[in-house]
Amino acid sequence: MKKSICLYFQVHQPTRLRLYRFFDIGKDSHYYDDFANRTILHRIAQKCYLPMNRLLLDLIRKHGGDFKVTFSITGSALEQFDRYEPEVIESFKELAATGCVEFLAETYYHSLASLANEGEFKHQVEKHVKAIEDHFGVTPTAFRNTELIYSDTIGRQVYDLGFKTMLTEGARHILGWKSPDYIYTDPLQKHLKVLLRNYSLSDDIAFRFSDKGWQDWPLTGEKYLSWLKAAEGDIINLFMDYETFGEHQKEASGIFDFMGYLPEVILSDGTFEFTTPTRAARKHKAVADIEVQDPISWADEERDVTAWLGNELQQDAYNKLYEQAEKLALLNNAVLWEDFGHLQESDHFYYMSTKFFSDGEVHRYFNPYNTPYEAFINYMNALSDFIIRIDDAVATNIDKD
Amino acid sequence: MKVLMFGWEFPPHIAGGLGTACYGIVKGLAHNGVDTIFVMPSASGDEDQSVARIINASDVAVEAVSSSVDEFLDKVKFVRVGSNMIPYADPDEFYELVEAEKKLREQSDYKIYGAKYRFSGKYGSNLLEEVARYAMVGGTIAMEHKDEFDLIHAHDWLTYLAGIAAKELTGKPLVVHVHATSFDRGTEDMIDSRVFDIEKRGMMAADKVIAVSDLTRNIVINKYGISPDKVVTVHNAVDFSGRENVKVERGVRDKVVTFLGRITFQKGPEYFIEAAAKVLKRTDGVRFVMAGSGDMMNRCIRHAARLGISDRFHFTGFLRGAEVQKMFAMSDVYIMPSVSEPFGISPLEAMRTNVPSIISNQSGAAEVLKYAFKVDFWDVDAMADDIYALLKYPALADFSAKAGYDEVNRLKWNIATAKMKKVYESVIK
Repeated sequence: MKKSICLYFQVHQPTRLRLYRFFDIGKDSHYYDDFANRTILHRIAQKCYLPMNRLLLDLIRKHGGDFKVTFSITGSALEQFDRYEPEVIESFKELAATGCVEFLAETYYHSLASLANEGEFKHQVEKHVKAIEDHFGVTPTAFRNTELIYSDTIGRQVYDLGFKTMLTEGARHILGWKSPDYIYTDPLQKHLKVLLRNYSLSDDIAFRFSDKGWQDWPLTGEKYLSWLKAAEGDIINLFMDYETFGEHQKEASGIFDFMGYLPEVILSDGTFEFTTPTRAARKHKAVADIEVQDPISWADEERDVTAWLGNELQQDAYNKLYEQAEKLALLNNAVLWEDFGHLQESDHFYYMSTKFFSDGEVHRYFNPYNTPYEAFINYMNALSDFIIRIDDAVATNIDKD
Repeated sequence: MKVLMFGWEFPPHIAGGLGTACYGIVKGLAHNGVDTIFVMPSASGDEDQSVARIINASDVAVEAVSSSVDEFLDKVKFVRVGSNMIPYADPDEFYELVEAEKKLREQSDYKIYGAKYRFSGKYGSNLLEEVARYAMVGGTIAMEHKDEFDLIHAHDWLTYLAGIAAKELTGKPLVVHVHATSFDRGTEDMIDSRVFDIEKRGMMAADKVIAVSDLTRNIVINKYGISPDKVVTVHNAVDFSGRENVKVERGVRDKVVTFLGRITFQKGPEYFIEAAAKVLKRTDGVRFVMAGSGDMMNRCIRHAARLGISDRFHFTGFLRGAEVQKMFAMSDVYIMPSVSEPFGISPLEAMRTNVPSIISNQSGAAEVLKYAFKVDFWDVDAMADDIYALLKYPALADFSAKAGYDEVNRLKWNIATAKMKKVYESVIK
């Protein structure tokens, strides 16, 4: 039986907040920096989404269905594509039509709801599934959580939502001596198969590809194949941000040439076949349970959730945000629900991270704020306005009754 | 009567409260029949010349000075120049200053004391050098205008050496005015000894010392060892002429409790946060605002988050001109929990805007404001009580707003400068 390679790309764009000052509270309830969001999306569409989608489509056609890839596209990103770059949606549709592309389900707003509120988590997953169906005509059957956040409990919740396959990080502190290159199951729900990211081989492409100080630079298809072959196990999961291609690794680094050539090298060698999470879970047997009591993720050295909830600023903002869920449940107000969703995007919490020094490079790259403090103040100002609106709406409802 | 006055800044270009105070003083003195020649290191030309003759020290060359200034030069030579020190600048401004200064230094280094020197007139990192140069130039100016004044008046340590030089060269009496001391800028064991030395020299050389409050007067007597009969308190006043209270439309219906100032240890910001948390335990419908910036800002943000009150405790960052007025206009209670405050003009501004104010007993303003609420800076329970009462009992808030408004309108520079004039008279023989 051939071993599997599962290539999965994460597509997400945060709904960045505008400079929202204390003086705006109660006066202006538009929280988003539309200009920055549109400008950034336009740039990344030109550099990454459009050319890379084109490349993948060509590869699928060239290899007659032997080449397969997987995407997860957040609802926040879909909204921005619909609004600013509909062409990107069209190109994803073309990919969907080949049948060689699997789309995963996740939280619509790329949120931390799985950690905060089970009801809200369910709501967002359902919203996302529907958005994927509406856009691409396919129903997701495998799940990936925001930033690959996973724990036994989250696994059980995901299974209860109807998924039998879930993706997460092959975190070393969870695996110990075990290899990420097998399929595992959730100890609370044995029917949920868990696919683990091989972070070393994934990061060779996502982070190290263009690093000239890296001993293995330049990376070639042949060299990479030899590493793949050195890995024991049934399946190698290469999970990475889609923006790797053309944005983090610039076109001039040769990343497109590398990706254009890689399938050919792998397929002609014959050891591997390309697959997608749902197919892989059907094909390979799980070898063991994987026990994860505290949530893991694919972020930073720690591979935990401290990038979003590591300091007191993040925790206070997070608590204040999710305190609103109960009141919102009383309201049938689509606009408020939408803002609630966008304010839940994990990126806002990421900007407040004070872990600048160890993982500073990555944090800074994605961060529109100069300091975590600025990020926090801005977020809390917007959140304060949001809370006022909810309280007003609740009060009006009560008056009516 | 005529006075030669050394200041560091003058409106409209001001960084701290010193320039505003000098303007009020000069205007008040004029009202009392005292003419002022006001010397500042770097005038821009748009200062109000109707109240005083302004001399820009940057325009004055010191080449012509006699050997007695060289002697003085020797005396001030011990002032070591070059290391960073910043008495008032806020962090953003400090950064800009340092950058600007680097450029300046690259352009022209050390033109031996002689030709004209372009003062920055700011509070940058080569402040001590500027202070020493200001003394040279100050002496020159004093000699040039020797027959046009009866005494010399120097504001804060930045100008004391200039004051001493002027006195030594002309023999005219010197009054130094203490707006703040090193003990208000650092903690007891962390004061800048170079500044302390200049302050002390100025006070020793002066014929009279004016302190802005009894609190400051006590510091001058106890920490600088100045004889009590030489030190006179003249409380600050405030000039509200031409000022209309702005109307703002409020975004929040909640009551707003405001702290406005540099977020530094001396201003007691963390006591405010603790008091806010206590109030929020008992009531909602209130928001707290910490307006300003400073080296403790980030620590305060974390402090509020740790207490879980960030949705009700807001930070605005540094506010400028009109934004300050807007902030006052949006406030229901003003609070100044300073650990050490020579005077503290901000509660006066708040009260003038009809905002009841809570101030610490450790502020000079507490000595003159009957209708402000007074607490010890560490007594966060008392602070919380007062905030709560002002929020919940409209009669109290209305009364203190009205009484406070009338009170601060009575604190006029005309009255304060009349006292100053008496001090002048006592030193002119």
